[in-house]
Parts: sequence; structure tokens; C-alpha cells
Amino acid sequence: MPALVIAEHDNASVRGATLNTVAAALQCDADVHVLIAGANAGAAAAAAAQIAGVKRVLHADGEQFAHGLAENVAAQVLAIASDYSHILFPATAAGKNVAPRVAAKLDVGQISDITKVISADTFERPIYAGNAIATVQSLDAKKVITVRTTGFDAAAASGGSASVDTLSPVADSQKSAFVGSEIAKNDRPELTAAKIIVSGGRAMGSSDKFTAVLTPLADKLGAALGASRAAVDAGYAPNDWQVGQTGKIVAPQLYIACGISGAIQHLAGMKDSKVIVAINKDAEAPIFSVADYGLAQDLFEAVPELTALI
Amino acid sequence: MKILVPVKRVVDYNVKVRVKTDGTGVDIANVKMSMNPFDEIAVEEAVRLKEKGVATEVIAVSCGVQQCQETLRTAMAIGADRSVLVQTDAELQPLAVAKLLKALIDKEQPGLVILGKQAIDDDCNQTGQMLAALADLPQATFASKVEVADGSAQVTREVDGGLENLRMKLPAIVTTDLRLNEPRYVTLPNIMKAKKKTMDIFKPEDLGVDIKAHLKTLKVSEPPKRSAGIKVPDVATLVAKLKNEAKVI
Repeated sequence: MPALVIAEHDNASVRGATLNTVAAALQCDADVHVLIAGANAGAAAAAAAQIAGVKRVLHADGEQFAHGLAENVAAQVLAIASDYSHILFPATAAGKNVAPRVAAKLDVGQISDITKVISADTFERPIYAGNAIATVQSLDAKKVITVRTTGFDAAAASGGSASVDTLSPVADSQKSAFVGSEIAKNDRPELTAAKIIVSGGRAMGSSDKFTAVLTPLADKLGAALGASRAAVDAGYAPNDWQVGQTGKIVAPQLYIACGISGAIQHLAGMKDSKVIVAINKDAEAPIFSVADYGLAQDLFEAVPELTALI
Repeated sequence: MKILVPVKRVVDYNVKVRVKTDGTGVDIANVKMSMNPFDEIAVEEAVRLKEKGVATEVIAVSCGVQQCQETLRTAMAIGADRSVLVQTDAELQPLAVAKLLKALIDKEQPGLVILGKQAIDDDCNQTGQMLAALADLPQATFASKVEVADGSAQVTREVDGGLENLRMKLPAIVTTDLRLNEPRYVTLPNIMKAKKKTMDIFKPEDLGVDIKAHLKTLKVSEPPKRSAGIKVPDVATLVAKLKNEAKVI
């Protein structure tokens, strides 16, 4: 039976996390389908059809999917679940919200946050904030999975030519209603998809200094901005910038940690980055034990100098 | 309105766990155990709702070994009125816990169930959503603000890119994120009071729930180690290394 990927999208395009999830799905089964549940999401469905390796796109459209309410999206997945051996979601806020609802209704266990597919029923996943890796085997006929996107190289966004089939949408559950959202608008790359991340810790000292010192460097590198939990809790940076086990898990080409001590919680979220740079005036900070390049210097001098030199 | 708050006993968040040399799991013999931090936030939120007069009774629930009684005493010291332990020595996976909690929802008929978004041991992030599905209730996961009025809840959720607000009719399931509140310190008089509060103990079979495992752990291993690189003396050297050696800028 084929594998189904629940796409993360904004109705106009498919988000990067979907591509990594398709890559994981292709390791479970060669026949991969993608579900787009959205509102006026024809463009997203067309984009999904271009993803390399995808055989078929299923498009369910309706206002009830406009805000990705878990009750409605889960119902749409369940409507077609019987055709699939594997149902995969990206382990994003949206995917984590919906996947367990689907698993429970199917009476199957969920395999969360997989980082490796060993066989069609056996997977690796981190536990204890990444301090241990468990190899788990599903005992169910159907596998409901969330995929840690940093564990899989993205499938190519183009080169595929899947058919797009329209599904009849499930009715609105009317259990919950979307009231509004405050989504920060900026031109920066998404934290989990960025090639370069500039991240600040408690040593930034204030929200103003965080912005004044790190923004120019991020601008120059075309980087996303991140923060440690300490910096977020202190109010220096917004919640959704938090990198760490309980925040975002990232694996960019280059991660520049400024004034971050390197708590286990934070390291769990960024230690798979290709190159890690640490700038911290405390030469004993644990962050240096994972950094490829460490600079034991005051960040308020080093970061502006770095910005000027690149 | 009753609020049900499930709590899990886990390895304390300050403990660095060690993988057993035989690869069967992590060593939890003689390590400090505590209430899962996200669950502590859930208990605090429920108790605050009671203090505001929104809720009438807060019931803490735990599923697991006999020692979970300590975790429930902590929940009652924070302010839960009574507690329920579903006691078993069997390994409980999230679907089994969700089924046990569903049975307790049927019994207690709470207006709200507040759970931690994930446990810091298995990092599954499943139980709340599974419970919502089994009980056929609306859900608001990763909550950073919860307001309850006129039989409905308005919840602010932490999502990728920012915040989202949902409104739902009660009963509903809420899971907590880190910034929902800061749990109070438990005081000695409250610990003493908690000892006198009621704790009911059931077995899974009393609730008619099948707790079989759906996943089998074949092996637990150490994550690949990342070794420390080099220290650079100044910014100019750093830039040169990034350009010529790492080739990332």
C-alpha cells in the first residue's frame, strides 16, 4: 500500500517541511501520495505535484481547512486512511497537532519525530531531549508517523509530475473556531528551513540590544534569527524564535551562537547543524564543546566586527 | 466545573540520563524522579482557574507505578483537590494512557482537561491529542493563554511563526506550552495538607481498558557525539575559516 504525506502549506505554496517528509515517506514505500487540505489551495496542490517522487496529489478544498484546525484536517485524513500503509506528517506545530488524533482514531500507536527509516516498520527517534536514540518497531498494520525534518534531506521541489485528484471535503466539525492569529511578518527565511541562523542568548542583555547587534549580521548573511530559551524567557526575543528541545529543532549549514552558554536543552535543538560557531566571552561555556569554531570574546565587540568583515 | 489534570512521573529535568550498556534503555535506577515540567504548568493553570472561581474542583490523575503517588501528592500540594492513580507496572504508551484518561472522563465528566504538551522522557507529544480524538472533543494544543467564560474556552496557541487564537465549546482538551504560567513553589504547610487529601487507586482492568503496547523498543543507543573544534583568536581568522575551510559563507 502507498504512503501518504500530509502537506504543510499556505494554500499558495508548499512549505519546506513537506519536502523532507516526502523524502522520509519514499524510504517507507516507493509509492508516495500527498494530501493538500486547504482553502483555495489549487496552487499548493499544483506545487505538490511537482515534488520529485510524488505519484499522486489529493486535494480537498473548503473554508473549514483555511486555518488547519486539527479536528477538520484529522477527519479528512481519516476519510482516506484505509488506502495507506504509512501516514506521515512533518513534526511541525501543525503536524504534531493533527497526527495523534489520526493515530488514536485508527487505534494505532504513533511514532513521533523519526530521524531515520530503518525498514518499513522500524524507525529511529530521539528520546530524553536527544540524549538517547531509540530504535522502535511498530506492531500495527498502519503506521502514523511524524518526521523530524532535519533528519532527512529534502526531496527536490521540482521534477515530479503527479496527477492531482480532487477529494470531496469532509464537513466542518464545528468543534472549534479560529479567532485570529499574530504571525510575525518578515522577509527572513523560516527558522527551520534557513541555511544560516544567527542566534542570541541571555548575554544579549535586552530586546533592543538583541535587535541592534544581531539583525545587521543576519541581514548581511540572509540568515534567520534564533534565540535560546533563556533569551526568550527574558523577553529579548519572541517565543517562536526559540531553538531547543522544546522549541525549534534546526540543522542549518551554519549556526552562529552569540552569548549562548549551551544548555543541554539548547544543544538538543541545534547540534545537527553542519558548522557551529560560538561567540562567548566565557571561554569555559559548554557551547564551545560542540562548536567547530569558537571565539572567546565579548559578543558586543565581535559581532559588529564580524558583520563588517563579511 | 471540574478540571482533570493528568500528570506523569519522569526523570527529573536536571538529571543527565545515561544509556544502559546493554542497549535496553536508559538507566533510571536511583535517579531523581519528578513531575513532568509541562504537567506542573497544567496543574498550576487548573489551580489558578479554581482560584478565579471558574472551576470548582481540580482532580489530578497519574497512570503508572505505585511511586506515582508522590507525583500526585505534589499536584495536590500545588492545589489539586483530590487525585486518582491508575496503577500498573506495565509499560504505558501514549495511546494506552489516552484510553485510561478517556475512561476517567466518562466517570468524572470534567469541563476541561489540561495536560502537558509532551513528557520529557519519551518526548512523544501525543497523549492530549489522542485523548481529544477518543473523547471526540475539541483540542487546543501548545497553549500560552487560556480564558474560560460562558461555557467556552478561548486559547492562545504557540504555532510556527507566532500565535493563534481558537475558541471552543467546553468540554475541551488543552495542552500546555512553557509560557502558559510559572508554577508556584510548593510550601511545607501545603505539602502537609496534601497528605490528607483523597487519592483513589484503580487498576487498568477496573476501567475496562486494554493497555497493550503498539510499539516495541528494539534498542536504545547513545547519540553520535559531536567533538569540539578549534578556538580562533580573532574575528578575522573566524571569517577566513568560514570562507576558505568550512566554505559556508
